Amino acid sequence: MSDGMSGAPRDWERVGLSMALVDGVAVVTYDQPGAPVNTLNSRVGPPMQALLARVASDPAITAMVLCSGKPDCWIAGADIEELGGVATAEQGEALARGGQALLDQVAALAKPVVAAIHGVALGAGCEVALACHARVLSDHPKTTIALPEVQLGLLPGAGGTQRLPRLIGLQAALGMILTGRTVRAKEALKLGLADELVHPAILRDVAIARARAMAAGTVHPWRGGARSGAARWLEATPLGRALVFRQARATVLKKTGGHYPAPLEALAAVRTGVARGMAEGLREEARRFGALTVDPVCKQLVALFFAINANKKATGLPEGVTASARPVRTLGVVGAGFMGAGIATVAVQGGLLVRLTDASVERAAAGWRTVRDAVRARLRRRRLTPVEYDTTMARLSVATDGTGFAKAEVVIEAVFEELALKQQVRREVEAAAPGAIFASNTSTIPIADIAAGAADPGKVVGMHFFSPVAKMPLLEVIVTPATAPETVATAVACGRQLGKTVIVVRDAPGFYVNRILAPYLAEAGRLLDEGAAMDAVDRACTAFGFPVGPFTLLDEVGLDVAGKAGPIMAAAYGPRLAPAEALTRVVADGRLGRKAQRGFYRYDAAGKRQGPDPSVYALTAVGAPRRPVPAEEIRQRTILPLLNEAVRCLEEGIIASPRDGDIGAIFGIGFPPFRGGPFRYLDTLGAAAVVRDLEALDARFPGRFTPAARLRALADSGGRFHP
Amino acid sequence: MPTPWNSPPGRRVALVAGVRTPFAKAGTALRHLSVVDLGRAAVAELMQRTALDGDAVDLLTFGTVVPSVLAPNPAREVALLPHFPRTLQAYTVSRACASANQAITDAADQIALGHADVAIAGGAEALSQVPILHSRRMSDLLVKLSRAKSVGERVALLTTLRPRDLIPITPAIAEPSTGETMGQSAERMAKLNGITREAQDALALRSHLRAAAAQREGRMAEELLMVPATADGDAPLAHDNGVRADTTAAQLAKLAPVFDRRYGTVTAGNASPLTDGGAAVLLMSEARAQALGYRPLAFLRSYAYAAVDPADQLLQAPVLAAPLALARAGVSLADIDLVEMHEAFAAQVLSNLHGFTSRAWAERAGLAAPLGEVDPDRLNLSGGSIAIGHPFGATGARVVTSLALALRRHDKALGLLTVCAAGGLGHAMVLERAS
Repeated sequence: MSDGMSGAPRDWERVGLSMALVDGVAVVTYDQPGAPVNTLNSRVGPPMQALLARVASDPAITAMVLCSGKPDCWIAGADIEELGGVATAEQGEALARGGQALLDQVAALAKPVVAAIHGVALGAGCEVALACHARVLSDHPKTTIALPEVQLGLLPGAGGTQRLPRLIGLQAALGMILTGRTVRAKEALKLGLADELVHPAILRDVAIARARAMAAGTVHPWRGGARSGAARWLEATPLGRALVFRQARATVLKKTGGHYPAPLEALAAVRTGVARGMAEGLREEARRFGALTVDPVCKQLVALFFAINANKKATGLPEGVTASARPVRTLGVVGAGFMGAGIATVAVQGGLLVRLTDASVERAAAGWRTVRDAVRARLRRRRLTPVEYDTTMARLSVATDGTGFAKAEVVIEAVFEELALKQQVRREVEAAAPGAIFASNTSTIPIADIAAGAADPGKVVGMHFFSPVAKMPLLEVIVTPATAPETVATAVACGRQLGKTVIVVRDAPGFYVNRILAPYLAEAGRLLDEGAAMDAVDRACTAFGFPVGPFTLLDEVGLDVAGKAGPIMAAAYGPRLAPAEALTRVVADGRLGRKAQRGFYRYDAAGKRQGPDPSVYALTAVGAPRRPVPAEEIRQRTILPLLNEAVRCLEEGIIASPRDGDIGAIFGIGFPPFRGGPFRYLDTLGAAAVVRDLEALDARFPGRFTPAARLRALADSGGRFHP
Repeated sequence: MPTPWNSPPGRRVALVAGVRTPFAKAGTALRHLSVVDLGRAAVAELMQRTALDGDAVDLLTFGTVVPSVLAPNPAREVALLPHFPRTLQAYTVSRACASANQAITDAADQIALGHADVAIAGGAEALSQVPILHSRRMSDLLVKLSRAKSVGERVALLTTLRPRDLIPITPAIAEPSTGETMGQSAERMAKLNGITREAQDALALRSHLRAAAAQREGRMAEELLMVPATADGDAPLAHDNGVRADTTAAQLAKLAPVFDRRYGTVTAGNASPLTDGGAAVLLMSEARAQALGYRPLAFLRSYAYAAVDPADQLLQAPVLAAPLALARAGVSLADIDLVEMHEAFAAQVLSNLHGFTSRAWAERAGLAAPLGEVDPDRLNLSGGSIAIGHPFGATGARVVTSLALALRRHDKALGLLTVCAAGGLGHAMVLERAS
């Protein structure tokens, strides 16, 4: 053993790197001090380079193994805080060049370097693994590999766009780079991303043995390239590669609607590397990475990333109020219809025992089958093993009365939207499960009314899920002045157990999400009244970045549901939020939307959507003829009142913060994430500009576009919602 | 040594609750469920209804008769339900049709001994899923093939295969010691005890009509869970599907005898059908039940097992077990308010009842006088296994729960239950309603 393997702390030890010599193999462990997971930042670079130089020069070292000192985490990626501090494209490019230089040094090391990976290897972590000469993975469900940079509006900037295609082939690499999708250990082996899978207990030893064998020349690194013969053949020729790139580009454009530049930039970096070699490719990668770091889309997505993280940690209680969430193990669900069964589905998948009830054996059983079908679909897609399927379904039981509720800490009702019925259900639950929190999944009835006469109004809360529950990520927890802090904290924690992003909203008609949706839908309807074409309105809104336009949304949600909400909003907030005449007439016409294959759009026998239904136009005041309306006008008239209403919700304390408002809009109605949510978008537009546009509209359509007071104030002061 | 009937203070064994799946004739609604599935359904529902914390359970024991090759200890698979910690110990017992009773008395003993305070016992049978076996020669060949070292050796082995080797073996409900099927035994008992066809059919009819009334009046539902999706499309099953409210004496009389076509009296109508189902009960020490705030349905006052020579009257052992259980409880048959008797065959029930009044059987039981008559109005008030069905491993738990619920419903103090079983075995238990 040569000097200094122990003794005085070295630079690399200060950043959490340690080295031990085992049979001539330098076993390097990364254990970032004071952090739950390992991340990479520019401070790690120089000490790591010193360490690599030492490995290269020390004749006692024949090979190197890189492992992690963290549980279930290898390297979770680059330090995103550091990325947030990048001000210019040049700074971003330099950051990437630094990472590339470090990993080039790893790759160029004359001694074999083996990555011993247990836990996540994400982003820059994955790129480190790619620079190593071999990768041994633990065969553990926690071990996953991904390049999720595009999800933050970036591309893998430390050689990922170059080394991944060379290692696993072009198509497989693009599949990972352009979507950021996660690859589990088993698939990693199939792709050639992993050289072997072993039990975590012997991971380090196997990696050391492989490193020694590689140093001895008895084992050689995987030569790289696609594993499947067909892919290999396709990627071998320039024509085949061109085909792959064209296909990838088309897929990206279809998925992003052209709103997200990162996947296309990543694609270009890959293409340069394939066409002009690694060095050119790396330069291109760094240059495009730098440009993306200052792109507004990236800024919004990074801000959203932090907002989500902060939201996950929030208790949902006002500042200064603390209460601990009651642990929820058993959930009661009353009403086994589409919503109730959806809630039961996410609950059993979240590990809760669920008692699902409905008035008749047939309805309760039908709810059970809805859950089973959803869970079975996951089994068929191999997301679950048969044993996991059995366990998940074993968590669910059904009944026609309250027997079996006694154990439930929370009971959610999802019965028909009728106050008397909901109050009756509440009384039954109070009797069957004294002490349980009673949550209503109403979307239109005030929680305070449901709580009226409750044994303990402190235990009554709203849990407003969105349909379809399994797909929609948001949950609004609705609190009344009487709701106890422990109830709020429990409902929030319970919602997270069900896999939902939760915002806490004050009890008022429409709560938050449906309230900001109301003027948007109403205005779309008025455009229809005035002669605009439905598909033109929908197109303008999807061009803005919404996943679907307002008329498609109404068809999906169901016109009966929307029709019920409209008058309630009008009664509560006056003509500003009153539904358009067209909406009312279409609902009165008995159209129910997609579920009945009759709504604003036409549907064929198989339920596939055709074009707009022209007979809807006959229901409007101006009749069948349509006139062109500029997309910009449609956008202004639909989006601006939505933003304005969001500000009113903030003013009134319906939502606690702009952050909640942004998250609610993005996860509740699909407000474009790259615009950051209503409040970040207002900051982008500037309050003054928005007030000016609103006032212009208000002059044309008096009363509907009056700017919210808070917006005017910000316009005057030049302030922002987000610092 | 403590037993349920002389247990120290606080260790009296309380029956807290019982629940079962609907019983379905084999090959019908529940044919897609295994023993483990049926057991899990019953136990999960028991846990949900009683709101018991899974951590509180000390042991789980289950009975089954036809063992599954894939899950040799189904009790353990049931104990791995998400309702329990994975540290819940569990084992499977077998005592033919009294298997669930064996599980229940095992659990009761463990509680009386102080080894457990909370136990779940029960049983399940999936007669739609009996394992079909290869012939002995085929099995030998398969074992040899798996050990063969070369292709040549394998081919040589395969050439020894004969068509008859491919004929599978289906387990029969026959006594290994006598080769007699249970139906043949019942037929013989009918003849020996002078049980007429008319008496058997009348008992079967009563079983159906009483079970149908219990369904109609919602009494049966008390012990039932709902199976939300059956094997036949997606219709739920919330009732025992063998109960026929519209059965008549004339219909029963039309059925041909199965086991002795010329002089026989045992028909498909007066025997219990092959059935799928699962049942479970929750037992606690009296002190623990009180501490956890449960009001027990009943206490297990005493129990007994006995046996007769299988070549003799195979299903007559309850006649020997009942006096033992009564003596251990310190009561006589006259003190018993309600009787629940497992109905394998009407001929067996009537033979058992005949035995209760017979001097010869009293002598065999070592009694000075016969036990006495059982008033039909105190017997099987909600029907019995002929109508409800008889999943071998589960029936014992059903009988215990039915009797306890009947005691509560009719505000009676003492109940006796008996179960006959293959191998000439018999079981009896005395339940005392918790006040």
